[in-house]
Amino acid sequence: MIRQMFLILVCLALGEIVVYFTGIKIPSSIIGMLLLTAGLHFKIIKLKWIQGIADFLLDNMVFFFIPPGIAVMCYLDLISKEWMPILASVIGSTVLVLISTSFTHQVLRKTRSKKPNTDKK
Amino acid sequence: MKLISEPYILLTLTIGIYWSTKYLQNKTNSVFLNPILITIIAVIAILKAAGISYDTYHEAGKYIEFFLKPSIVALGVPLYLQLSKIKKQVVPIVISQLVGAIVGIISGVLIAKWLGASDAVIISIAPKSVTTPLAIDISTSIGGIPSLTASMVVMVGIFGSVAGFKILHLFKVKNPMSKSLSMGTASHGLGTAQAMAISQRFGAYSSMGLILNGLFTALCTPIILAMLGLI
Repeated sequence: MIRQMFLILVCLALGEIVVYFTGIKIPSSIIGMLLLTAGLHFKIIKLKWIQGIADFLLDNMVFFFIPPGIAVMCYLDLISKEWMPILASVIGSTVLVLISTSFTHQVLRKTRSKKPNTDKK
Repeated sequence: MKLISEPYILLTLTIGIYWSTKYLQNKTNSVFLNPILITIIAVIAILKAAGISYDTYHEAGKYIEFFLKPSIVALGVPLYLQLSKIKKQVVPIVISQLVGAIVGIISGVLIAKWLGASDAVIISIAPKSVTTPLAIDISTSIGGIPSLTASMVVMVGIFGSVAGFKILHLFKVKNPMSKSLSMGTASHGLGTAQAMAISQRFGAYSSMGLILNGLFTALCTPIILAMLGLI
């Protein structure tokens, strides 16, 4: 378990180092995620070395978002002043993004995967 | 110091509410018993009633939050396992993410503007669909209020994680990859966590949405806001 946690933290720490030295505007956790993917892909890290902790972290991911969610209480005054446009924008725009992204992907995927099938016939 | 503001008591309270809502949700299958939404509302209500500040709560919350960044790093595992599938679909993924990023910025800004929001709110809402650290950076660079952006990001995440899959079902989106990808695009880490709760394969696609929309939103926000004459 210690080695597993160590490997995850190494990826995260490398992410922090990359952000510190390059000033790149990408969160260290996302760089860490990509480093872990690369490490597994190029067989520097073996899957079984981190499988256990990865499953624990991924299974409980929703729960880890609770403290940042509770932080909304600090901005309740700010939000309540203009709650109508904020709420409408948050809900309306999220629905539009969900639909536009999934429709675009679904359509492009279908038209692409149909071509080789018709070729075969 | 009040007894209830002791970190161990606040932690027990948070985990207890989350676990019991999750248990009840599994028993009853009720839509309204969403564990994350109920826990956040209940804990805020308790803190307000007991007169405890967020800073005091954070002394307890930081132990839970510690796992947040490692859990995002752990998304590298499903991403690695789905890499060959994702490679085959680079074009549909990239184009749909670009569409999602542009729709997200324009619709978020215009809805707020039409309903009479102040300029500060309109600008702060532009990067609301992406993960918090990125959204804060984007907000700062376009002259928004970072803390306001951060709270909108959380609201988007909660809404997406609670209602996202139901909305996709309502609009008859069938393809599982399209569904989970757009969960990450529309509601960043929380949407991805929700997709991860279904399966690791869903989580992998959702993380692609989270990453690419983050990059595209960072690139497009200043251009779109300038075109709309807002900055």
